Amino acid sequence: MKSLSVRNLNVWFGEGPDRVDAVKAASFDVASGGSFGLVGESGSGKSTILRAITGLVPTWSGDIEIDGDHVLPKRGRAFYKMLQMVFQDPYASLHPRHSVDQVLSETLQLHGFKDIDTRVNRLLDDVGLGAAFRFRYPHQLSGGQRQRVAIARALAPEPEILLLDEPTSALDVSVQAEILNLLSDLRTEHKLTFVMVSHDLSVVGHMCDNVAVMRDGEVVEVLGIEKMRRMEPDNAYTKHLLDVSLNYASS
Amino acid sequence: MNLLDVEDLWVRFPTSSGVFDAVRGISFSLGRERLGIVGESGSGKSMTGRAILQLIRPPGRIEAKRIDLQGKPLLNASDKEMRAVRGSRISMVMQDPKFSLNPVMTVGDQIIEAYRLHNKASRRDARARAIEMLEAVSIRNPERVLRAYPHEVSGGMGQRIMIAMMMIPNPQILIADEPTSALDVSVQGQVLGIMNQLVQDRGMGLIFISHDLNLVAEFCDRVLIMYAGRIVEVCEADKLHEAKHPYTQGLLNSLPRLDEPKDRLEALVRDPEWRQQPSVSGLL
Ligand SMILES: Nc1ncnc2c1ncn2[C@@H]1O[C@H](COP(=O)(O)OP(=O)(O)OP(=O)(O)O)[C@@H](O)[C@H]1O
Ligand SMILES: Nc1ncnc2c1ncn2[C@@H]1O[C@H](COP(=O)(O)OP(=O)(O)OP(=O)(O)O)[C@@H](O)[C@H]1O
Ligand SMILES: [Mg+2]
Ligand SMILES: [Mg+2]
Repeated sequence: MKSLSVRNLNVWFGEGPDRVDAVKAASFDVASGGSFGLVGESGSGKSTILRAITGLVPTWSGDIEIDGDHVLPKRGRAFYKMLQMVFQDPYASLHPRHSVDQVLSETLQLHGFKDIDTRVNRLLDDVGLGAAFRFRYPHQLSGGQRQRVAIARALAPEPEILLLDEPTSALDVSVQAEILNLLSDLRTEHKLTFVMVSHDLSVVGHMCDNVAVMRDGEVVEVLGIEKMRRMEPDNAYTKHLLDVSLNYASS
Repeated sequence: MNLLDVEDLWVRFPTSSGVFDAVRGISFSLGRERLGIVGESGSGKSMTGRAILQLIRPPGRIEAKRIDLQGKPLLNASDKEMRAVRGSRISMVMQDPKFSLNPVMTVGDQIIEAYRLHNKASRRDARARAIEMLEAVSIRNPERVLRAYPHEVSGGMGQRIMIAMMMIPNPQILIADEPTSALDVSVQGQVLGIMNQLVQDRGMGLIFISHDLNLVAEFCDRVLIMYAGRIVEVCEADKLHEAKHPYTQGLLNSLPRLDEPKDRLEALVRDPEWRQQPSVSGLL
């Protein structure tokens, strides 16, 4: 079980007039075994925070700690065995000429597993695809099927922390229910710690204990799920988001 | 006259283990309306949209009794004619928006080029229009985004850029494949408002592919519900919550709700019977 803490995180891109301050002084804590949600405006810096934790942005400042230890600028293999990320864009994150089998076996080999064959099949079962999809290429899969391959790949090293960027936004509701149930099971069985980005507040409400709400690079509020359910946020933008989303869910 | 009539459409892929039918003989029309297509992952929604524009990659093939655009057959159109249709009469926003943008060209150059292809305009005027378009889809700091490359914009920004671009030719039909799946509810509302205006003011027909049942129920006029390559139910969008087919009901029941928390979500139990049932006609 691992806890994660982000302190005063700044991420910027470019310079001069094109400088973007994508994340400004963001702080939040995720308890070990906890599930934390990031919601907010499109373009507000949610994916950038996950990418910074994973070590995929060159320019950042602040402090990222896992179990109280500072994360080093250069992440090694042990880091990626412990922490995995599912990317927002399943098209870009799968190599077009690698079959599902290649993607999963290579990841398993890289992390030193031996029983590759059994594991590949189990991963495919876990994400509801089954062995029939094992030798397909990305272009032979629908959007949701690709997303499930991406989730299977992230689960392959049996990580302790999983960062999920819109993991179900490409999925229909029935597959979404299956994946969310699977993630909940994994969380209890393997004591996983989650950070999950979603624009769907009911998904975040179902999965997470605490939520950070972002707008224009800043975390405007961190609140508990119960508070969100009771529609009692302190921040005006959070309230606006809740109002709009409840409005349309009920109509 | 209907904008589009599709009859007995099949999309088939030969594979090592026989032919896989991704779409199995569906029929529907599109009027000047917002037609939703919903259904589970892999049910054939995207293939249906792509087949209309003949964008199925070989060895996949399209078969149909007819695909008529305002009464004129598209099915045997030449490649040249199809390019003309794709360029101006029917636009499609693909499910993978960033994938459809050119990765080595700035967002601005792509919008400006698309705009000038359809309008007589100087580069400067086209640029001004591009900024307006990005503002219309609620993009903060459009000047900066024009100079950015596709990998430098967020998921939801990519989606909005594609939507803005697809509106440029002023199409008669817009096929939007999961166009708002990466947008927060607030921005989503603004983007839907723009599409809505095109339907109301210009009489455009919209095919709105989505897995978001609540959204489709609220936003569309009519809905086709697809399962395993067939249409299992057609209904008025505002009656979607009273849908009769157990598949549609199952989809509705698997939604999480903010106001009614539960430990586990209901997973859909599929009945092998559903596969065999004949496709329901969505023709007008
Ligand atoms: N590599 C990059 N170069 C320049 N700017 C970038 C880069 N990556 C992200 N940005 C900018 O940083 C900001 C935050 O982007 P980010 O992808 O984190 O948003 P997001 O909250 O995930 O949005 P969405 O919900 O739309 O996916 C955006 O303005 C984006 O254009
Ligand atoms: N080149 C191909 N070869 C074989 N099967 C394919 C090919 N392309 C797509 N398929 C299959 O066709 C079916 C329909 O795919 P389609 O992309 O239309 O699904 P969809 O309803 O859009 O799903 P999603 O909601 O996940 O995007 C899927 O089961 C997919 O695996
Ligand atoms: Mg993002
Ligand atoms: Mg699709």
